[in-house]
Amino acid sequence: MDDNKKKQWTENTIFLVVILGCGLGVDNTYYLQIMTFIGINTLLALGLNMLMGYAGQVSLGHAAFYGIGAYTTAILSGTYGISPWAALVCAVSCAVFIAFVVGLPTLKLSGYYLGMGTLGFGMIVNILFREWSTVTGGSSGFVGIPMLEAGPVSFMSGRNYFFLVWMVVLVAVLLCRRILSSRMGRALRSIHDGENASLAVGVNTHFLKLQIFMFSAALGAVAGFLYAHFVMFISPESFGFMVSVKMVTMVVIGGMASVWGALLGASLLTLLPEVLHGFAEYEMIIFGLILMVVMIFMPQGLTRGLLDIYEHSRKRDKRHGN
Amino acid sequence: MQEIIQYLFSGITTGAIYAVIAVGLSMLYSSTELINFAHGEFVMLGAMAIVTLWVHMALPLPLAFAGAVALGCCMGLLFERLAIRTARTPQPIVLVIITVGASIFLRGVAMIVWGKDPFSVPAFSRHDSIEIAGAALLPQSIWIVGAAVLLAGGIHFFLKKTLTGKAMVACAVNKKAAWLTGIPSEKMGILAFAVSTGSGAVAGIFIAPITMSSYDMGTMLGLKGFCAAMIGGLGSLWGAFAGGILLGVLESLGAGLISSGLKDAIAFILLLLILYICPGGLFSAKEAKRF
Amino acid sequence: MVTDSVKAFSKQSLGSCDIECPKDITRSHDILNVRNLTKMFGGVTAQDDISFSIEPGIVCGLIGPNGAGKTTLFNMITGIYRPDSGQVLFNGRPTRKMAVHQLVRAGIARTFQHVELFGSMTLLENVLVGMHVRTKSGFWGAVTRMPWVMREERRAREKAMDLLEFTGLTQYAHRPAGDLPVGRQKMAEIARALASEPKLLLLDEPAAGLNPVETEALGKLIQRVKERAVTMMLVEHDMSLAMGISDKVIVLDRGKKLAEGSPREVQNNQAVMEAYLGRG
Repeated sequence: MDDNKKKQWTENTIFLVVILGCGLGVDNTYYLQIMTFIGINTLLALGLNMLMGYAGQVSLGHAAFYGIGAYTTAILSGTYGISPWAALVCAVSCAVFIAFVVGLPTLKLSGYYLGMGTLGFGMIVNILFREWSTVTGGSSGFVGIPMLEAGPVSFMSGRNYFFLVWMVVLVAVLLCRRILSSRMGRALRSIHDGENASLAVGVNTHFLKLQIFMFSAALGAVAGFLYAHFVMFISPESFGFMVSVKMVTMVVIGGMASVWGALLGASLLTLLPEVLHGFAEYEMIIFGLILMVVMIFMPQGLTRGLLDIYEHSRKRDKRHGN
Repeated sequence: MQEIIQYLFSGITTGAIYAVIAVGLSMLYSSTELINFAHGEFVMLGAMAIVTLWVHMALPLPLAFAGAVALGCCMGLLFERLAIRTARTPQPIVLVIITVGASIFLRGVAMIVWGKDPFSVPAFSRHDSIEIAGAALLPQSIWIVGAAVLLAGGIHFFLKKTLTGKAMVACAVNKKAAWLTGIPSEKMGILAFAVSTGSGAVAGIFIAPITMSSYDMGTMLGLKGFCAAMIGGLGSLWGAFAGGILLGVLESLGAGLISSGLKDAIAFILLLLILYICPGGLFSAKEAKRF
Repeated sequence: MVTDSVKAFSKQSLGSCDIECPKDITRSHDILNVRNLTKMFGGVTAQDDISFSIEPGIVCGLIGPNGAGKTTLFNMITGIYRPDSGQVLFNGRPTRKMAVHQLVRAGIARTFQHVELFGSMTLLENVLVGMHVRTKSGFWGAVTRMPWVMREERRAREKAMDLLEFTGLTQYAHRPAGDLPVGRQKMAEIARALASEPKLLLLDEPAAGLNPVETEALGKLIQRVKERAVTMMLVEHDMSLAMGISDKVIVLDRGKKLAEGSPREVQNNQAVMEAYLGRG
């Protein structure tokens, strides 16, 4: 028990040090920007990971909550001039409420049916963003999202925004950790291991799935909020089907049921397109290939896959040594 | 009235396309229990191949048609061999992501081969449109509906009446038992893939003359195909067919009478309604697991 | 003390409840009443008009050839299947409208024929999940870690360790449940089921896959569980175990109740002998 706690403390400390190091050490605006995007994507992956990795429920429409967060804050603070922080509260409540209404019938489904249900929901929300142009600006996007300010601190500078995003990530990581080590987290993991047994020992699986769906929607909305005020321009494409797929991919590639896996997956999927920019035309081919190859050969994700390879080679070395 | 008939005509036409896509998906599901998220890309490949073979290389239409279908089948074979069969743990979620990866990959390849610009393809026959009750019926529509019925009928005949087809269904029901009775279940999987992607290519060939063809046309078509398959009941061939037609008609009516912007949403709203109310699909008695 | 009186009581009532026990008389002291239960799957009748009742504190064996409908019966008592007709009363209250988790809270727990532990979680965590209905903290509790939540967690862990000790599994507490040998997994399932503080415990073939030594240990464990005033029903194919440990035996065959009574009565029952031997 205590070993585990100590390990978590060291992990968190290292994480904090790395954030501080990156934030203070990096001066290049472009790099700071990329790292901020990694943070936003990590939030998305963390939320979805709770649902997919721990509760074992697939969602192919999670970008909807990301978009709901972004559009709510954009409309409230951009069009109506409400303080972004109040808009944040509205955005999160809105996403949580929608997750509740949609999750109630959808989470009764399982397997492919659940996948299709969430996909359908995601598509409908995206079409709404595109077609409700008087409010959302339609397919040409929403312009004029104000920047964030908190008293004397302006988040105009890349560095400040970087810290804001990563502090939110840190809090989210701690929250997820707390949930996972609690009664609720255990029940959640039990659904993943065997839903029938979980039901039979008295876990209200449907309610629990709904709760975690709402939680991951909230994280998605927070990510959407941060994204909207960071780029100050949003359009429906940023929240479409491919984004939902990307989110799933982050979770799966990083490794399901691992908080750090979400970070790894988010980093990879954010960096990859940037690196592949050099290949311009070949970007999609390479992206698709990587996705397939990782899934074919390391279905538990890169984190576990690479560890396996490392352990395997170490074993072999030992045998050779003997 | 005249308007409504016109909407019906165009709805049945696109519906037939959806039906062919849905039948391909449904057939693959009923013989391998796999949902292929790259199916729409095979539709795109069929359309792009007919652009190259018929429009650019000016091959005779039947030859171009055969070439495009063959391309679809071959790519399906390759896909099954290289990506699906090699998967270490064939769990649904892993396979789904592999097919999503394949769909991105295929789109990337198509973008390099055919570029980003859309192409248009002339109608297959140069007859004038027929007028029925004041609404114009394009000859291409007749082609499409005829082809859809033929294709679905063919696949139905294959699965229900031929030994190979029955063996394929047996593999889906219980792979191990099928293998024990001497059915080469692996070969059946490949065959199912080839037939499914080939039928996808057929859908692409027929849709090419009524829309613009480009490298990114597949995703939406594939998703609509899913909706159709789900509406009809996953794994039921005629259910998928009927689902496709129904979806096409409702979309066309919705776009015409309510708002064209909501056209794409109709498929997904229908999908959600079906999933919530009768998750087994409209035309299937089998109940989905809702435990 | 309580147990003794329950035991004495159940022995008394056993005498009065033999094969011809009238169906329509509800005795409020029965922990479980099953009345005219019928369940069809497609065209197959899995349960055909089954009625019986279980007195508190006893061990009731449920035997019958394969396909007799024993597991189906369990699934209906635990609320996983809804009966087509008939009803189940638990402590005199009908269970038809209760969800599975509500029944667990009311005091019905079960184990599975094929072990269904949560394989990736440690044994301790498995037992803690078993305690789910007896603990309260939810999302906000987990996030805020209020003192009462931490207290509850500490108490739950202590109780879970006690249960592991009770079932002789202390040494495996921090091992993933999936890594345990089958015999231990069977015991672990009982520990997990006990964690919900059941009044009625349904054991589905607890001895399947156990060697003779483990089976004997299981028998002793069941005896000790009984001393905790937990009523049990067990489906079992190991006749020496089932007959040795049960106060009362119900025989099912092809969805019908064939006989009910003390082990001795059942063993001498003509219909039972035919079902087991006659058709062999």
